[in-house]
Amino acid sequence: MSQIPEDLKYTTSHEWVRVLSDGTVQVGISDHAQDALGDMVFVEVPEAGGAYPARAECAVVESVKAASDLYCPLSGEVVEVNPALEREPEIINRDPYGEGWIFRLRPDNPADLERLLDADEYAAILAEEK
Amino acid sequence: MTCKTPLYALHLELGGRMVEFAGWSLPVHYGSQVEEHLAVRRAAGMFDVSHMMITDVEGPDAAALLSWLLANDTGRLRTPGQGLYSCLLNERGGVVDDTVVYARDAQRFRMVSNASTRDRVLSWVEGHAAGRAVGVAERRDLAMIAVQGPAARERCYPLLPTALAEAARGLKPYTACFTADRCVARTGYTGEDGFEIMVPAGDAAGLWAGLYESGVSPVGLGARDSLRLEAGMNLYGADMDEDISPLECGLAGTVAMGPDGRRFVGRAALEERIRAGVRVARIGLVLAEGGVLRAHQPVEADGAATGRVTSGGYSPVLRKSIGLARIPVGAARTLRVEVRGKWLPAQAVRPPFVRHGQPCYAALG
Repeated sequence: MSQIPEDLKYTTSHEWVRVLSDGTVQVGISDHAQDALGDMVFVEVPEAGGAYPARAECAVVESVKAASDLYCPLSGEVVEVNPALEREPEIINRDPYGEGWIFRLRPDNPADLERLLDADEYAAILAEEK
Repeated sequence: MTCKTPLYALHLELGGRMVEFAGWSLPVHYGSQVEEHLAVRRAAGMFDVSHMMITDVEGPDAAALLSWLLANDTGRLRTPGQGLYSCLLNERGGVVDDTVVYARDAQRFRMVSNASTRDRVLSWVEGHAAGRAVGVAERRDLAMIAVQGPAARERCYPLLPTALAEAARGLKPYTACFTADRCVARTGYTGEDGFEIMVPAGDAAGLWAGLYESGVSPVGLGARDSLRLEAGMNLYGADMDEDISPLECGLAGTVAMGPDGRRFVGRAALEERIRAGVRVARIGLVLAEGGVLRAHQPVEADGAATGRVTSGGYSPVLRKSIGLARIPVGAARTLRVEVRGKWLPAQAVRPPFVRHGQPCYAALG
């Protein structure tokens, strides 16, 4: 059974979002997503400073099995990318909700967060996919 | 209808992520392909390869039939226990399959070939056997477990019947020993030392469980592929097929035109290709920067389209992406590969990439 922390928001395309105290958000991929993709071997991160609309392709996670696009959960500006991923993409497998975060975003409109899924809604989507 | 090997229940018990492969339900991994890969390079791993086709070719004409069907020198099979890697060719010189054949004695041979070509190879061999004093028997009653890695052989001995263990200890690379219903071969598909063990289907679970208890890691199809790729070994259907000759996919060394102008299926076509000049070569590729080589990606040299990646993936030992490709003979050594819409530089090298746990590839040119 995959982990779905209660304090995060989710997308139907399996990204998670964590709201930080400064109003920016961390973005990563869910435990379910990392498990389905398998061992991560390469991550193409967005450039800091880049602006993305919601649902735009903004990163690529590539596992032993396949490459998969990561979609920006909210429109905003990328303010930081996880520097550890270049050397150690496998931290996404080890700790998808912690050390394996992928980038940090300043949302254009914090109210957009309301449109994301909560943990229960995301769990229901995973149950449907089965 | 998906076939299950005798180890199916054990794969589920071990958390195997089951996928369909050539009509068989097999584990792609048991949690982490990379960890399984490294277990084989560093210690020992075991693979359920019961889906592969085992065929016994026996009778007074068995040696002659194999000499006719195999592109490699079957004269080497005159020594009992000897194994031989070879392609089976069609009349056009294309590869029907690649196989390892073991000599049991002068009239009994065992052929191990791919699961994906089962029906084609069986009818091919049976068709050529017609009218000869030879029996061709598929051994669906046997299971096969490959145990590979520097510690692999030692882990196997205590689990084999005494006489077989004794014989197995004496095996040189690429040889096999037989008892009435078992066979141990010192061969594999990983670039490591180890055994491939054929046992009656009913005994496979016991052997697997014994190996597991002695610390041998279960390894799925994912790592089987990344291990063979690091070892520079072709995968049938990806790196070669019925339209590609061994001369064009890195297997020229497994084609024996001699001794004495021996005759075999496909020989005339190969001679014609040699006369005309072989224009395509198989090379290894190492990707310089991030990204992963995958089969079918286009390759270019000097700005011109030149070939395709035939197998690609991630090398856990090199921590880079590697691949095999077919490109024109004499093409530039600095190549570019289109990886997800970007042209990335790749180095042309001579496979294997990894042997006995160590990086070993050499730059071409």
